[in-house]
Amino acid sequence: MLTQIRNWGTFVVSALALFWLQPASAVRHLDFWLPCATLALAAVVWVWTLPVFEAANRREVVVDVAVLVCAVCGVALLRDVPALVGVLTRTPPPEVAAVALVMVLVIGACAAVGRMRGKAAWAVGVAVLIGLLLLQKYAPATEVASGALRVLQGQSAAHASAFDWRWFGFSYVAFRLIGVLRDRVIGRLPAMRLREFVTFAVFAPALSAGPIDRPDRFLKDLRAPYTLMAPQFFAACERLLLGVFKKFVLADTLALIALSDAIAPHLRPGWAWLPVYAYALRIFFDFAGYTDMAIGFGMLLGVRLPENFNAPYLKPNLTQFWNSWHMSLSQWFRAYWFNPLTRALRIRGWEPAPIVLLGQVSTMMLIALWHGVTANFVLWGAWHAVGLFVHNRWANFARERLSFVNERPALQRVVNMAGAIATFHFVVLGWVWFALSTPSAALHALQALLFLPGLR
Amino acid sequence: MNERLRIFLKALAAYVVLNLIMLAGAGPTPAGLSVYNTLWPGRVRLPWGERPDLAYNLSLGNLDAMFASHEIAVPKKDDEFRVVLIGDSSTWGFLLKPEETLAARLNAAEMQRDGRRVRVYNLGYPDFSLEKDALLLHHAMAYQPDMIVWLVTLRSFPRDAQGHALTMANMAEACAAVGRTCEPRVRSLLERTLWGRRREIADLARLQLFGAAWAASGLDQYYPTQYEPVQRDLERDEKFRTYDRASGLPRVDLTFDAFDVAAHSRVPLLIVNEPMYISDGANSDVRYNFFYPRWAYDAYREMLRDEMRMRGVRYVDLWDAIPASEFTNSAVHLSPRGSQMLADILVRDLER
Repeated sequence: MLTQIRNWGTFVVSALALFWLQPASAVRHLDFWLPCATLALAAVVWVWTLPVFEAANRREVVVDVAVLVCAVCGVALLRDVPALVGVLTRTPPPEVAAVALVMVLVIGACAAVGRMRGKAAWAVGVAVLIGLLLLQKYAPATEVASGALRVLQGQSAAHASAFDWRWFGFSYVAFRLIGVLRDRVIGRLPAMRLREFVTFAVFAPALSAGPIDRPDRFLKDLRAPYTLMAPQFFAACERLLLGVFKKFVLADTLALIALSDAIAPHLRPGWAWLPVYAYALRIFFDFAGYTDMAIGFGMLLGVRLPENFNAPYLKPNLTQFWNSWHMSLSQWFRAYWFNPLTRALRIRGWEPAPIVLLGQVSTMMLIALWHGVTANFVLWGAWHAVGLFVHNRWANFARERLSFVNERPALQRVVNMAGAIATFHFVVLGWVWFALSTPSAALHALQALLFLPGLR
Repeated sequence: MNERLRIFLKALAAYVVLNLIMLAGAGPTPAGLSVYNTLWPGRVRLPWGERPDLAYNLSLGNLDAMFASHEIAVPKKDDEFRVVLIGDSSTWGFLLKPEETLAARLNAAEMQRDGRRVRVYNLGYPDFSLEKDALLLHHAMAYQPDMIVWLVTLRSFPRDAQGHALTMANMAEACAAVGRTCEPRVRSLLERTLWGRRREIADLARLQLFGAAWAASGLDQYYPTQYEPVQRDLERDEKFRTYDRASGLPRVDLTFDAFDVAAHSRVPLLIVNEPMYISDGANSDVRYNFFYPRWAYDAYREMLRDEMRMRGVRYVDLWDAIPASEFTNSAVHLSPRGSQMLADILVRDLER
């Protein structure tokens, strides 16, 4: 009984959290329609990935759809309760009739899509999700989309801006859905009912900053009997408080002096490292804090979300750094991009070095573009791709030649420490590309950091 | 005992002890906690910032902490002739980089006085209030100035314009600075605990943290890429605050008594009527600028000159010394070139 309540509660709350957390938009009703689109995409992908479309338990489907429709209509109905307008959505939702009509269309689309199956269809699904991600990440495309939506709503397109289109949580939802489609192709996707699938895709604690879970693992927790004993409760609270401390005390304090476009042009050689160190620590504590909060909330709901960080700044080399920084994202790329690509290249008889180079460059580029389609993110990705490739080659070269280091623990410790310091500074210099908006601002900052007068 | 419970109890005990220390008034002084002039270089002007996120600076009411963050907190050298500049945002250097302020320009002149090297400290602070200036000067006396240069303008004088946040936060010292006695505000028990002083402590911590940004960039204010230039065309309005030509500008309504703090200090004082923008646009026959109708400003200049003569204080009237083209976004904010021109004039007065 308790498990049922938890499952239904998590399902409904996660769906409603999409509306609650969605930022306001200058495009009329967009802050209502974007969460609806997230739910509709999840529903479509669920239908698409059912092992056999007709095999779904009809009663379960009807109940799940009815609850979801009631939740969305409930949000729309709040427009008629003046005291509650602004509680779940930033602006008044559209007419309930329009919402109902759209939902009928979505259900019809689900029924139609359910019959279009096969690898080609799923590939189209992945392409659509990537297209939507690009639309969100590439500012000129976002502006065009915003202009079109404004025209549709009878507003002037002249004021269209990328800020109109801030699709809350979609970066993570899209990756979960793409992963699901890929798992379906390779036959690894477990059967899920709609309620479970939507809960997985839009799980409230992991909406804003991940982690990106795997469906089989998530489902195992969701189907396990739910109990919340005192030790589990206190452990969850401890994790939550740790997250709050990291995010709101450490990260937000460091943000005051962290590297930014405002301070970058004024950096002075020597002291310039302070804002860059502050940025490096700030981004870690910010992200790790959110992850701790997500894991803590997940534990309260009986779901053990995957860890995202494992002391990344203490790692002795860049490969280990990427194995411990935003781990769920790097594991996602390893599983769905790097491994299939390198496997395919090996089968085609490529040499190891070009395989590693292509695999690492393409993976880092995709990770960079996932953050945003800008020159600086690309440069940040290239920075790490080159670093990873150089480390890979160095590790290959040194494996036998420097094996004596492994036999001397003291020397090993010194090498590891030196490696950790060098890796940390390589990553810190990489953040300069990431934190600033233009290559020239980043070059100016690097000039101050590295005492390079010629770059000015 | 459970490890976590033990940690919690220890933290609770530490919190209680810290509160008791605060209640007893035995906590460390803000000046003692400052890492400026040790870890970070001292600031060249007092901390002030309306948008901390952009300015890497903040406004706070704690005078000890403000002065501790300033370069004036460094012990005075034997060969130093210490000059403090007191004034409004014009002296502080609104829209001017640290090296462009009046104090920086005067230091660049490398003056000598009585065989000592003249070192000028910028203790200007934005907003117009003579009582605020007097408060800062009163506090600055602990730093052994050899000369005070106080830049003033009419807007700082009216009695009803004196309610500055800094004077409110330091009422007892502000009163002492202008020779009044005020009952010091007694903090309640709660206000004396860590919780009650959380804002003060947070401001102090942020001030120390912003020192890193100051050290790294020299940024201490937000420089907008564009700003509204000083208004050239003016309304045909002869009012200055509530006064008009008929009522005149009663001397009793102006805070001349704020100068007492300087008089009591026995440190040589130079009062400067600061330069202002003089418009040649619409209605400039009625007003000098957005701030002042001509009649009020002329009356003020006369009163200020008489007051300084009566007090026997050196006084220079530079009201029209800088051309209109060298003002930025207000009638008293100077451009970098204007700041240099003012410094060139004042060098002569400082070397005398």
